[in-house]
Amino acid sequence: MINDLFITGHCHIRDNTVFLNGAVVHEQKGTDFPTFAKSVYQKFGIDYSKFFKMDNLSKLAFLAADLLLKGNNSKEERNIALVLSNRTSSLDTDRRHQESITNKDSYFPSPAVFVYTLPNICMGEISIRHQLHSENAFFIFEKFNAEYLHTYAESLILDKKAEQVLCGWIDVDNEKYEAFLYVVGKSGTFTHSIAQITRLYQNK
Amino acid sequence: MGAGVAITGMGIISAIGDNVSENYKSLISGKIGIGKITQIDTVHKDEIMVGEIKDVNPSLEKRLKFHENQNSRTVLIGCIAAQEAVEQAGISDINDVRTGFISGTTVGGMDKSEQYFYDYFDRPDVRQHITGLHAGDSTKKIANHIGLKESFVTTISTACSSAANAIMLGARMIKSGQLDRVIVGGTDSLSKFTINGFKTLMILSDTYNTPFDDERKGLNLGEAAAYLVLESDAIVDKENKNVLGYLKGYGNANDAYHQTASSDHGDGAVLAMQKALEVAEMDPSEIDYVNAHGTATPNNDLSEGRALIRLFDGKVPEFSSTKAFTGHTLAAAGGVEAVYSILALQNDVIFPNLNYKTQMKEFDLSPVTEVKKKPLTTVLSNSFGFGGNCSTLIFSKAK
Amino acid sequence: MTELKLELKEKIIEQLNLEDVSVDDIADQDPLFGEGLGLDSIDALELIVMLDKDYGIKLADPKEGRKIFESVETMATYITENRSA
Repeated sequence: MINDLFITGHCHIRDNTVFLNGAVVHEQKGTDFPTFAKSVYQKFGIDYSKFFKMDNLSKLAFLAADLLLKGNNSKEERNIALVLSNRTSSLDTDRRHQESITNKDSYFPSPAVFVYTLPNICMGEISIRHQLHSENAFFIFEKFNAEYLHTYAESLILDKKAEQVLCGWIDVDNEKYEAFLYVVGKSGTFTHSIAQITRLYQNK
Repeated sequence: MGAGVAITGMGIISAIGDNVSENYKSLISGKIGIGKITQIDTVHKDEIMVGEIKDVNPSLEKRLKFHENQNSRTVLIGCIAAQEAVEQAGISDINDVRTGFISGTTVGGMDKSEQYFYDYFDRPDVRQHITGLHAGDSTKKIANHIGLKESFVTTISTACSSAANAIMLGARMIKSGQLDRVIVGGTDSLSKFTINGFKTLMILSDTYNTPFDDERKGLNLGEAAAYLVLESDAIVDKENKNVLGYLKGYGNANDAYHQTASSDHGDGAVLAMQKALEVAEMDPSEIDYVNAHGTATPNNDLSEGRALIRLFDGKVPEFSSTKAFTGHTLAAAGGVEAVYSILALQNDVIFPNLNYKTQMKEFDLSPVTEVKKKPLTTVLSNSFGFGGNCSTLIFSKAK
Repeated sequence: MTELKLELKEKIIEQLNLEDVSVDDIADQDPLFGEGLGLDSIDALELIVMLDKDYGIKLADPKEGRKIFESVETMATYITENRSA
């Protein structure tokens, strides 16, 4: 439809490896996700103690967003909308809450766990960290849906609801996790098209 | 003024009625739906009050002519409300134009998962509920029920603003010409999952919830499903459709403050309301009535009240929260209150904010507490969710 | 009491996922909320669960927590006076 939107950056986190704009920037094999997440946090010198209180979905989203939005960290408010999606919603943390309430002998559900039983909390965490008061949407799809994200991001920018859109896929289910986030804006190397998004996603 | 998107049908099931007209009757006769929980066996049953839909699952299944125990309650109530909306819109063939379905939910099939959690291994007859847990599954089942074939079906999950966001997204897709018709709203049933969770956050009231009251003790959870049918002007003109009202404006913003609490001065709420007014091309002074989010938690009502004062520069229009009737129906709340906003416009009536006695210390704001007849042109409805997700919808009267 | 205070510090660090904080970093009178350890309202709710789970003390109103959770000192005093477990 239009050619003046670009993918200004993309970040893939999976298999204990962080790819930033296609290049491996960090790797730590053989550890569980929380340990790996901590290694990313340390490697990139992030200083945000609330990180350690987050659930796995929020940690994953937080890290990918931090790598993409860093360097762009001016204090004034930036109008970056968030459009994230996944398959399993907040199932990983839902299970933890569920276990705590089904255990009749030790019935002590944790408020700190419950607050993460919604997938959009991870967008709240990104918004708090980067002070974004912008539009947020979280969708549940069977699989990564480049077409949908493409249309949504494009219309947000064309309708002037946002200057940039942080889009992508963020899924955590037990030990399986994957983040693929990218920023759509008015400059960049890659044209913002369905084919390009799909290619970047599949390149992994 | 922006043209807005035509609303041609609506459907609802909640603690105060099985359909639109029952809900309306309850709203104007002050009949609340809050009581002790009867359908879920929870350890908290004596300490909480809820807004339960009266019908048990077997009666809902009978109404829908469904087989027994194949679907979660979220799906059952969703099907009932979506079906009513489609019928009211006078749709004979739902696939005759590009039709979408966008539904908000947070619990999905959680009710069945907790019921059968320990049985999945031994009982193949209940394993259909495993896939039923997935939030997207409830959406697909409701879409099937209303006969949608090749169409745009999606699930939105942004906590208690889910349905409002589904409505917003649907309106945009009509405006941009991606769809000709879309059914939008949300569905959430009560479950131990949410009851226990909200209990740990200590924001559940042990008695009737009292929005905007100084002595408010917290919210009552509720369950509901509610949907609107939005149609393009082309269809409305061509089929000479009866329009119930227009969705004029919508806005969403993040409060960027806390995982669950609203900011002290309602920053996200103010932004969402401003954005909605911008889309509607309206001034705050044109709003006749505000259907507030008003959950009756100490935090929400203070933050929302301050946001209203900021947005309206002290001249807050008449407002009320209808949560004293229904309880907080979570992902469905934005849909429920959209239906109530349209009912208010159709009947020129403001619904009362029940159980209100004492003005809050922090500001000079009192909601409407009696049924009030008044010509209404424009109604603003707020829905705020955990994760800082704030949404506002603006509705106007059918011409 | 000293033992209880040490136990509380360990539990606070563990339960509230305080990274890179050790028992020695928390003085008995240090404020737990705001400045100090920077705990927030969800942490306060977690501490309420901890009182219930580990010491058999139930708080009905989260506002009661404000005074009790001022510092490790105030927590220990309250627990000593009210514990049932």
